[in-house]
Amino acid sequence: MLTRLGPLVTILLLTGPIAFGLAGTVLPAFGFLPVLGGMELTLQHVHALLSQPAILTSAAISLAAGLVTALFSLGVVVLFVAGWAGTQLFGRVQHLVSPLLSLPHAAAAFALAFLIAPSGMAARLISPALTGWERPPDLLVVHDPMGLSMMAGLIVKEIPFLLLMTLAALPQVRLKETRTLAASMGYGRVAGFLLGVWPAVYRQIRLPVFAVIAFATSVVDVAVILGPTRPAPLAVRLVEWMNDPDLSMRYLASAGALLQLTVTAVALGLWMGLERIGRFLCIVGVEKGVRLRRDALLRGAALLAMGLAAGAVFAGLATLALWSFAGLWQFPDALPASFTLKSWMRAMPRIASPLYTTLLAGLLATLIAGLLAILCLMREEETGRRPRRALMLLYLPLLVPQVAFVFGLQLFLIYADLLATLPALVLAHLVFVMPYAYLSLKDPWHAFDRRYNQVAAGFGKGRWRRLALVRLPMMTRAVLTMGAIGFAVSVGLYLPTVLVGAGRLTTITSEAVALASGGDRRIIGVYAFWQMLLPMLGFGVATLLPALIFRRFRGMQV
Amino acid sequence: MTKEGLFLDGVTIALEGRVLVSLTCRVAPGEVLTVMGPSGAGKSSLLAYLGGFLEPAFTARGRALVDGVEITALPAEERHVGILFQDPLLFPHMSVAGNLMFALPESVKGRAERMRHAEAALAGVEMAGMGDRDPATLSGGQKARVALARVLVSEPRMLLLDEPFSKLDMELRQQMRMLVFSKARESGLPVLLVTHDEADAKAAGGEIVRIGE
Repeated sequence: MLTRLGPLVTILLLTGPIAFGLAGTVLPAFGFLPVLGGMELTLQHVHALLSQPAILTSAAISLAAGLVTALFSLGVVVLFVAGWAGTQLFGRVQHLVSPLLSLPHAAAAFALAFLIAPSGMAARLISPALTGWERPPDLLVVHDPMGLSMMAGLIVKEIPFLLLMTLAALPQVRLKETRTLAASMGYGRVAGFLLGVWPAVYRQIRLPVFAVIAFATSVVDVAVILGPTRPAPLAVRLVEWMNDPDLSMRYLASAGALLQLTVTAVALGLWMGLERIGRFLCIVGVEKGVRLRRDALLRGAALLAMGLAAGAVFAGLATLALWSFAGLWQFPDALPASFTLKSWMRAMPRIASPLYTTLLAGLLATLIAGLLAILCLMREEETGRRPRRALMLLYLPLLVPQVAFVFGLQLFLIYADLLATLPALVLAHLVFVMPYAYLSLKDPWHAFDRRYNQVAAGFGKGRWRRLALVRLPMMTRAVLTMGAIGFAVSVGLYLPTVLVGAGRLTTITSEAVALASGGDRRIIGVYAFWQMLLPMLGFGVATLLPALIFRRFRGMQV
Repeated sequence: MTKEGLFLDGVTIALEGRVLVSLTCRVAPGEVLTVMGPSGAGKSSLLAYLGGFLEPAFTARGRALVDGVEITALPAEERHVGILFQDPLLFPHMSVAGNLMFALPESVKGRAERMRHAEAALAGVEMAGMGDRDPATLSGGQKARVALARVLVSEPRMLLLDEPFSKLDMELRQQMRMLVFSKARESGLPVLLVTHDEADAKAAGGEIVRIGE
């Protein structure tokens, strides 16, 4: 039975690469790496790691990045939802923020960098009128040693993610009723939401929050673009060691990956401590009956933060686009002196091959993930069971730091002589696309009226024909949206692409990040533009295609 | 094949050990068996059992035969059990004729021939010439009639009716009752009607079984 294979393959796909990858990462840390003749267990590599200059500073930056990013982005999202959910403005902001979800992290980071750098758009707009700057000031805004701009880059990307996760959880609580009830007892909007609704919502989005922490503690692309350099965050240094031509550096990299796992685990542990404090404060708030009736300031601040986060990315993206078409553009001019297609022409020959790889890997990974997701959902209906524990597995690739297991996976791919091949790249992408494909298809799948299936079965149609002729056509929009999300995830993947592609298979994202150190803004602008464009194209297809195919049928319009 | 009608042979449906339905009876071709009971009594599970869609949480014993064929031994798509629900459930991505041609048995070959069958079935419910329409543009009564034509054209062994009139307004309801039951009689189909409307039962005119009371 084909559907029985769905969950099986999915579970293998999610656990296999992670289990083997972790083993391939962790064992060399203790000296076990038969390829290089490492057969005895030793702690010498761990010692070597700890004697690396400022290694603990790197670890501390990573730890702080995880906690600060999660705290800030979740804080903004909670207060925004608490203060504004149900209003007209909320809907508008939601529409504004949603497209940012599909934007690759690297593109958002570039956008922010182009905005806040000393010679960036923000400085140009206020110079020289307000600042007197005739030349870019010598300030370390981007790459600041504490990693603040890196955290900002992460926060602006995680806010849309957590907002959409929260919105998905909201229908399961009685928001309107609880609001009315709380208001009738004299609670302000924010207090009423936090004390009455939030605990139930948070339970639903806890895993996504953990995923944010795991990602932020081990991020590489955003860190390369915005993060500190001396020392760099842990994961960035790891990747340097991993790519070192001296193979014995693999031991050091493995020991480093072990430290990365520890950092992420500690960050998650500390977060659970924060959760306890939050729960305690909630209980105190309830028992004291904290009304917080005058919360206008708080609501205003939440709205401002939300607008600022989204606005910064959009302004940055506009700046990126400008740079890609810019001729001469001197500081402090707010606009280029001339526009030209030269950068696009110059990038064209090099961009073709990464573009092709991006499309191919993204489409294949999405296609396979979509098929598996559908098989899993069909199987769930057959057995009538909703797998809770298997759902945890879905989050596994998002909770284990990428750098800690993809590095080990690379080792197995070298063994199998599959490194830098398309199948390996697709497999690596699939691990990360699968969770999003399943999660985005799950709700629409369950929402489908199954009586249509029963009607069709009565007409003698077997399950596959019911799927192909009734359910999938009726769910075209949901399936294509799932595809657009999966494709966007694949386009945005940096680290798995770098480690599995090994520099020979490159995508738009891996090339864009590689350009970051070069500092050619025009070419970066072109690459970042593509990064932005590809996911948008996916969503464009998902919106327009069903409208076009089913234009005759009103029941198929939104 | 002899027309023997529907025979429910010791059909027992239970949920977590609690017996919801226990039934042995015969429904002659063209006759209607009405099953009545409060919601949650197991009416829908009886239909799901006969249609082949009983949720795995339920357990069922016994068997159901139509014209001597044990349908409960067959997969859902080989039972040829026509169902009408409260909602017409026309496929929104097919035209009215498309809906009917989808239901038409494969033994009817050739596009023109299939089209002719579909048109004839539409004419049988006073919907002649409406084949090209988008189902979403039909009125409630028209949708109900297309749904009826669609189930009849699929040449089912029997009909299951799951409160099919409850969402229609009073006048339409009476019309549809007459239409459905007369069509079933015409085609010699045994009908199992599930409802909580006494008027449905009266209009059906057949045996009434009450469950869950």
